[in-house]
Amino acid sequence: ENSALEFCTLTREFPEYVKMIEVGPRDGLQNEKEMVPTRVKIQLINMLSETGLPVIEATSFVSSKWVPQMADHTEVLQAIHRSSHARYPVLTPNMHGFQDAVAAGATEVAVFGSASETFSQKNINCSIDDSMLRFEEVICTAKQQQIPVRGYVSCALGCPYEGPIEPTKVAEVVKRLYELGCYEVSLGDTIGVGTPGSMAKMLQYVMKEVPSSALAVHCHDTYGQALANILTALQMGICAVDSSVAGLGGCPYAQGASGNVSTEDVLYMLHGMGIKTGVDLSKVIEAGDFICKALNRKTNSKVAQARSKSS
Amino acid sequence: HNVQDGASAGKTLPERVKIVEVGPRDGLQNEKTVVPSEVKIHLIDMLSEAGLSVIEATSFVSPKWVPQMADQVEVMMGIHRRPGVSYPVLTPNLKGFLAAVNAGAAEVAIFGAASELFSKKNINCSVDESLQRFEVVTKAAKEAGVPVRGYVSCVLGCPYEGKVSPDKVAQVAKRLYSMGCYEISLGDTIGVGTPGGMTEMLQAVSREVPVNALAVHCHDTYGQALANILIALQMGISVVDSSVAGLGGCPYAQGASGNVATEDVVYMLHGLGIQTGVDLPKLMDAGAFICCSLNKKTSSKVAQATCKL
Repeated sequence: ENSALEFCTLTREFPEYVKMIEVGPRDGLQNEKEMVPTRVKIQLINMLSETGLPVIEATSFVSSKWVPQMADHTEVLQAIHRSSHARYPVLTPNMHGFQDAVAAGATEVAVFGSASETFSQKNINCSIDDSMLRFEEVICTAKQQQIPVRGYVSCALGCPYEGPIEPTKVAEVVKRLYELGCYEVSLGDTIGVGTPGSMAKMLQYVMKEVPSSALAVHCHDTYGQALANILTALQMGICAVDSSVAGLGGCPYAQGASGNVSTEDVLYMLHGMGIKTGVDLSKVIEAGDFICKALNRKTNSKVAQARSKSS
Repeated sequence: HNVQDGASAGKTLPERVKIVEVGPRDGLQNEKTVVPSEVKIHLIDMLSEAGLSVIEATSFVSPKWVPQMADQVEVMMGIHRRPGVSYPVLTPNLKGFLAAVNAGAAEVAIFGAASELFSKKNINCSVDESLQRFEVVTKAAKEAGVPVRGYVSCVLGCPYEGKVSPDKVAQVAKRLYSMGCYEISLGDTIGVGTPGGMTEMLQAVSREVPVNALAVHCHDTYGQALANILIALQMGISVVDSSVAGLGGCPYAQGASGNVATEDVVYMLHGLGIQTGVDLPKLMDAGAFICCSLNKKTSSKVAQATCKL
C-alpha cells in the first residue's frame, strides 16, 4: 500500500472559504442512542441557525418504521425558524419521502447512494443500480419543482462488509449522481477508516469525473483520522465539509466508537488556518452544550472539552 | 510529480517515520493516578515488544517536584533493554544527569521553552538561564558519549503568553542544537496549534536547524494533532512524538486531553504506506494494559474502534 508515498498534491493554496454542512440534527441525532423530543430538535436547529452555518440538515423523510428518531420530520421542518442565511436540506430516499418533504415545506433534499454493493443491499435493501433508478425519479421531480438535490455516497474509503473500495467504483457512483442532477455530492468515509493517502487517491479518481466545486467530504472520526483527511481534501481543492455539532452520531458499525467529526474541531482548524466559514465557533459550542445536556452525554468535540475545562 | 512551492517543501512524504514514545514518562507524569514501578516496567517492556525504537523511560527530576517519577532508578534498572531500542530519560540539570548515567541511562533529554513566562512558571528561571544550565549537561554528556535530545515547549502557543513568535522558537531550537542536541522536539504544549501555525513555525525553525534533526510533539487538546503532524510530514519532518493510549492529560485545561495517541498516529502513517517498525496490535495491547492499571479509558480512537467492532 504505497500509493500514498506518491502523495504529491498540486501546490494548491488552501481555499479562502469553506462551506460547512451541519449534519448534527439529522445524521447526528439519528445515530444517537437517546431519542430527543421534537422541541429539543427544533431548538437545536434554531441555535445552529444563529451560528451562521450556511447548511443545516434538518431531518429525514424516511419511513418512521425504519428511522423512528426522525418520525417527527414534518413537525420539525414546519416549526424551525429558517434563517435567510441558511438552507435546510432533508433526506428523501424515494418519491414518497420526497412528496412528504415538499408538502412539509422542504426547499432542498438529499439522496443517499453507496459505493459498495453489499452496503447498499444491507442498508437500503437494493443494489446500487436500483437505488439510482429510485433517485432518478426523485431528482427529476425535484428538478421540475426547482428543488436542489444533494447526493451522498457512503463507503467512499471503505465498507464495513467489503473492506477497501476501489476509487474507480466511487468515481462511477459519484458521476452518476452528478449527471442525474445532484448539485453537490458528499463523499462519506462511513466507517472512518480512511487516511490521507486513501483520501487523496479517491479524490484524484473522483475529480476526473466531477469538478471539485461540486464535491464535499463527510469524514468520520472513528479512527481519529477525520481532520487529517479533511486537511488533505482541502489541499486537493475541496471546499465543502460535512460535520456534526459536538460530534453527535456514533458509529453504527463499531458499538460505542465515535462517528461524525465535530463541527467545533473542524472550525477550530479552519479558522486557525485563516480560512473563512462565516460560522461563530462559540455559538456552535453553545449549541453543542445544549444538545449534549438534552442527550445526557458528554461532547465528542475536543475543542468543546478544552474550552469548558481551561482555567 | 513534485511541485515545489517557494514557501513550503514539496509535498512528498517520508518513507519512514521514527516514533518517539513518551507514554511512560510524559504520559504517566501527567496522569492523576500514580502507578507502581512494576507496572511502569511492564509497560516499557511491552512497548519494546511493539517495535518502538525510542521509548522515553523516566525522568531524573527531583521527586519533590515530580513524585510520579520517584522510582526513576528502579525503573531504569528494571526494564528489559531491547537491542536497537533507545530509552532516553529526562535530566533537567547536572545532578539529574549524573544520577541518570549512574542508573545506566545511555541517552538523556533536556527541556527548554520558547516562552519566557512558561519557563519561569515551569522551572523557575528565564529561558537564557535554563539554556545555560543545559549547556552544563550537554558538555558532560558529550564527554560521557551520551546523546542528548532537546525539547522546546510552547512552540505554537503558551498558556500564559498566548501567541509565541516562530523566531523565538527558532532561536531556542538553534541554541539547543548548537550546544549538542542531536534532535530537537518541538512541542505544541497546549495543543492550540493548527496547520497554518505549524507551517510557519517549522519554516522559521528549519532555517536554523536541519529538518532531519527536528521532531514534532503535538498535543491533541483541540483535536488538531494528526492534522498538524500531517503538515509537519509534508514539510520534511520524519520524527513524531506520541503517547500510548494518549496518556497524559493537559495540565493547563483540567480534564482535557494532552498527548496524541501513538495508536492513532501509527494508524495514519501505516495507512499512508509509511514505515514505522511498530506492530499496531502489540501497541494496542500495551495501551490496554496501562489503561487497565490506571483504571481509565483509552484516549486512542483507534483503540476504541478496534475493541468495539
